[in-house]
Amino acid sequence: MLSPEERAEIEAEIHHYPRKEAACIEAMKVVQKHRGWVSDEGIRDVAEIMGMTPAEVDGIATFYNLIFRKPVGKHVVMACDSVSCWVMGYENVRECLRKKLGVEMGQTTPDGKFTVLPIACLGDCDHAPAMMVGEDLHHDLTAEKIDEVLKRYS
Amino acid sequence: MSADPLKKPLTRNIDPTREPFDLKQYEAAGGYQAVAKVLKMDPKEVTETVKNSGLRGRGGAGFNTGLKWSFVPMGPDAPRPKYLICNADEMEPGTMKDRVLLEGDPHSLIEGMICAAYAIQAEKAFIFLRWGYTLSEKRLRKALAEAYEGGWLGKNIKGSGYSLDLIPHISAGRYICGEETALINALEGKRANPRTKPPFPQVSGLFGKPTIVNNVETFCNIPPILTNGVEWYKSLGLTEDAGTKLYGASGKVKRPGVWELPMGTPIREILEGHAGGMREGLRFKGLLPGGASTDFLVEEHLDLPMDYASIQKAGSRLGTGTMIVLDDQTCVVGMVLNLTQFFAQESCGWCTPCRDGLAHAVKLLQAIKRGEGRMEDLNKLDQLCRFMGPGNTFCALAPGAAEPIQSALKYFRADFERLIPKQPMAQAV
Repeated sequence: MLSPEERAEIEAEIHHYPRKEAACIEAMKVVQKHRGWVSDEGIRDVAEIMGMTPAEVDGIATFYNLIFRKPVGKHVVMACDSVSCWVMGYENVRECLRKKLGVEMGQTTPDGKFTVLPIACLGDCDHAPAMMVGEDLHHDLTAEKIDEVLKRYS
Repeated sequence: MSADPLKKPLTRNIDPTREPFDLKQYEAAGGYQAVAKVLKMDPKEVTETVKNSGLRGRGGAGFNTGLKWSFVPMGPDAPRPKYLICNADEMEPGTMKDRVLLEGDPHSLIEGMICAAYAIQAEKAFIFLRWGYTLSEKRLRKALAEAYEGGWLGKNIKGSGYSLDLIPHISAGRYICGEETALINALEGKRANPRTKPPFPQVSGLFGKPTIVNNVETFCNIPPILTNGVEWYKSLGLTEDAGTKLYGASGKVKRPGVWELPMGTPIREILEGHAGGMREGLRFKGLLPGGASTDFLVEEHLDLPMDYASIQKAGSRLGTGTMIVLDDQTCVVGMVLNLTQFFAQESCGWCTPCRDGLAHAVKLLQAIKRGEGRMEDLNKLDQLCRFMGPGNTFCALAPGAAEPIQSALKYFRADFERLIPKQPMAQAV
């Protein structure tokens, strides 16, 4: 069931659009913000408030890579694998993350702290290679800098 | 850093070492004067001015902005509400120019949007912002609150009788959302598949109503045009295209970055002058002039002006104007594979040439990269590029994806051939 906060935030989004369903993606983002990811229950909750079927909502959820349909760690590390970062050493970044965190792309560390994902161009190409941790951008990455950045997140 | 507003109108207020101008500072620097002026004009006159300025869309397609606006039905019988959308989804790989404007001068974007919304008499506007631009979002929300507070947004703007709401929408990802009809579907809360055109969004867009979608940089050009005039704007360009452009360079150059320069600045001046040329020990091999979905250019093109016509004549596109540079030590096949994997992953899956063609191209490129390719694979790639070309798909994703492949095969075919075993694998064993 949606919490009162979730419901209030979703209602505020619905208010911007002439059709309720238009706020469907925003609603999933609200659920994800509060719960970390969008579970089957989350899909059903959104479907109910939107007046849609869970299948319709899931069809939309699975289109967007930033709606997480699986649990993620406390911090989501997203390493840019697009062309400028690839030229500047994305493969080293990936190796570094793999060694440091002991997980492959798409996996979560056993302590539930980090999930590592590849991400399309972050628009920081003049400071490649780049990655985001949660909502923070980190760039001009080297092995040392990645070490130092990860230490900041506990 | 304080740029001459008449030479660098887009970055006139931008200094990355400090916070962007707040409303007071922005107004003190002449901000919102374009809105004040526009509110006294006939909307059609605003559109006409922008059309005559020669401003072309800075998102990649390069269509005349004022002409695009002129297709919106006007007058008392026009369908309502009408919508204005800012495409701030900047997801073209190798492109980081709109970020500079969003983070550096959010009020300038808002001002440009109010002018544009007035020109088409839109009641509601959205900024479709990519998720990863968290700093942009923070600064934009602050600027929006100030603009409402200052009476530049909301009901009855400055007593003009004109009202406008401006709402930020933060995307949930996917490159395809940059395509304007896919973006509209995303704003409607749907899967972001592009729509068939016609009807064009100008007539039937968001929720079936007349809608204009323009890029961030395009909007930021509007206030200076309206303040300083058409003749001034035209005189900024070095060639037939008007205005200035945010050019950029990434890859193994000495000083990657983004610079506002006169439209039509030669490639060499950007690459060698502003980006400082190649890093020590590396040689220039080629570049994608305007993002991932543009054809490679090579040494012989370096003296061309970076404008729409010249780059098109050379067989590529100005695109976003942010070049990705390839050096002689980076594997061309690897780079093309990376680009094609991106497009294959980001295909929305709606039409066959894109969904299946790109996946097939990835397999062929992977095989070549592993040293298991065959000579006829190169012909297959050529053929796939034709299948994915213009006219065969709903949107420009697949034709764009074909551009770096087809041009790499044209200019760097020997690099592909070098990876292909002389004898087929089966016989070599």
